[in-house]
Amino acid sequence: MTPDLEAVGLSKTFADFQAVKNVSFTVPAGSFFSILGPSGCGKTTIMRMIAGFLEPSSGDIRIKGESVLGVAPNKRPVNMVFQHLALFPMMNIADNIGYGLRRQKRPKAEIARKVDEVLERIGLPGIGQRKVDELSGGQKQRVAIARCMVLEPDVLLLDEPLGALDLKLREHMKLELKALQEAFETTFIYITHDQSEALVMSDQIAVMNQGRFEQVGTGKDLYYRPQTSFVAGFIGDSNCWEGKVESVDATSTLVRLDNGSAIHGVFDDRTSHVGDSVDIFVRPESIGISRNASDFLDCENRLSGQVHDVIFNGAASRVMLRDSQGGTMIEVALPQSGGSTDLLKGESVHIGWRAAQSTCFVKGAV
Amino acid sequence: MTQMTARLGFFVLLMPLLLWLALLIIIPHIDMFLLSLRERVGVGEYETSFANYLILFTEPLYIWTFVRTAVMSVLATAITLIIAFPVSIYIAKIAQGRLQQILFMLCLIPFYVSELVRTFGWMILLRETGIVSNFVQWVGIVDRPVEFLYNDAAIMVGLVYTSMLFMVVPLVTTLESLDNSVIEAGYDLGGSTLSVMREIIIPHAAPGIMSGCIVVFMLSLGNYLTPIMLGGKDSLWFTEMIYNQFIVRFNWELGAAFGFMLLVLSSAIVWAMLRLTGQTLAKTME
Ligand SMILES: Nc1ncnc2c1ncn2[C@@H]1O[C@H](COP(=O)(O)OP(=O)(O)O)[C@@H](O)[C@H]1O
Ligand SMILES: [Mg+2]
Repeated sequence: MTPDLEAVGLSKTFADFQAVKNVSFTVPAGSFFSILGPSGCGKTTIMRMIAGFLEPSSGDIRIKGESVLGVAPNKRPVNMVFQHLALFPMMNIADNIGYGLRRQKRPKAEIARKVDEVLERIGLPGIGQRKVDELSGGQKQRVAIARCMVLEPDVLLLDEPLGALDLKLREHMKLELKALQEAFETTFIYITHDQSEALVMSDQIAVMNQGRFEQVGTGKDLYYRPQTSFVAGFIGDSNCWEGKVESVDATSTLVRLDNGSAIHGVFDDRTSHVGDSVDIFVRPESIGISRNASDFLDCENRLSGQVHDVIFNGAASRVMLRDSQGGTMIEVALPQSGGSTDLLKGESVHIGWRAAQSTCFVKGAV
Repeated sequence: MTQMTARLGFFVLLMPLLLWLALLIIIPHIDMFLLSLRERVGVGEYETSFANYLILFTEPLYIWTFVRTAVMSVLATAITLIIAFPVSIYIAKIAQGRLQQILFMLCLIPFYVSELVRTFGWMILLRETGIVSNFVQWVGIVDRPVEFLYNDAAIMVGLVYTSMLFMVVPLVTTLESLDNSVIEAGYDLGGSTLSVMREIIIPHAAPGIMSGCIVVFMLSLGNYLTPIMLGGKDSLWFTEMIYNQFIVRFNWELGAAFGFMLLVLSSAIVWAMLRLTGQTLAKTME
């Protein structure tokens, strides 16, 4: 089956600044594809090239196998939900949703029927006569999506559509968006700088940094098997240290941190050499914490230290630990059960983790 | 106590505005209205009647000038709008950064010189021995000097030129408040330039269009210098009639009636324009 959307070697240069650098990806029909990256990395630029508002400097964009280069935005089988939604304030909701159908010169009765249908599907029946500014943030959101979906596009582009909503509503809309995508069975391309949005909704996520795709994969891939230092640092929380490779053996690598501590780690399918400068990442939830050193006999990395602070944040509570040997600050997840839920500031504790849980990346390698 | 001072302060601040309204607008108009109702029956003898208004409506020259001034003003407003709209879209939506400022300044610069000098500039261009006349001779379209002044087209050029800024400013302001992504959404959902213009840009700009039109219309209707200088002695502009009655004929009563009719006319046309487009005055002043 031909993929719904294919980008091949896509680049975009503004005057003297290259915003998108040789990006390629394929989005299968009916899937939810996210582009995740920090602000300013070029996400919107990619979106605007797909929608047709920007001409790529090089590369090709194919929708259902056909190149759309040179096709005007109003002739492309893609629609876009804009960052600030861009509902038409001069029209009521029904006219907003019917706008695209009117452009297609559909008969009035059909337009009215389709508008009612789509309002039903987004769970807002009977609001057709309301004005745009009478709706709540979440309702506007759904209307913006309905306005595109009523045209049955091959691909729907969403540019940080939840950015303007408050936290609670954002959590709710995440699930709702995913449900809408499944209900409409349309390919969604979703861009965001919020990793939790991407992780919750997407089938595939591309992590983008400075105009490049760092890694494309499922949320699990990115979380458990990051391939670059950027992805490891960007997805989820991590302790990140810098050091030099001291020795390499078959199963693990010994890294000497700049402050003298030694950490056992593994390289993600790249060979390392003694003397390489590396970044080493360990997730707070991979580290065990206990008052007994004997709990970590099977861990390659065993440290002890003092509790510097306990940061309570419900299920995401953290213990900040100062390593007694090198003085490094280490962030450890506070266990929700067992013997160490009542840790106090200043207490001495032991921590440990497996070598396989500290991933190393050679600095400067892409 | 504090409430008292607050209220006092409010009135003190309001005073200049009230005085200005009373002294410059309300009192003169009441006075003018009363004046217009006086009919001179003998030397120093007056009666209250509508005779002056009757003269306006029975004398063909007066009524013709009255209608002509209104029609020309409406036309000047329409032409100004047609020219200013694309210019404003360019300034507000297409030009970026410095270019935007420079273009805006270009619209403003003609207002650095007085209206008299500005209009005189047009006379230099358009008169028989002027630049345009010489140019068409040089190109060979005509073989004798041509007089471009003293006709309706010259008046129209002058009126449009003088009004341009007053149309561009409100248009640029309203167009700038239209989010670019709303326009892009219009295209994205399949709209052509024409339909985006008709369904999105123009409805959004409507209050700006209205306020621009009202100002330009009033300025044209009340303009005296431009029609006289570019249209000549027989330009048949209503303000000229008023001037003649007051200053040349010393017939203040008739002049007052003319002045009052001009006020009624401009109010009526502005009201009609608002009704026609479903706008309210409050909305256009936002
Ligand atoms: N029209 C433009 N001209 C010049 N630079 C631009 C233009 N549009 C975007 N950029 C630059 O390209 C980079 C990427 O922008 P964008 O795609 O909007 O980032 P994101 O959506 O990921 O936050 C930014 O550094 C931005 O300044
Ligand atoms: Mg963006």
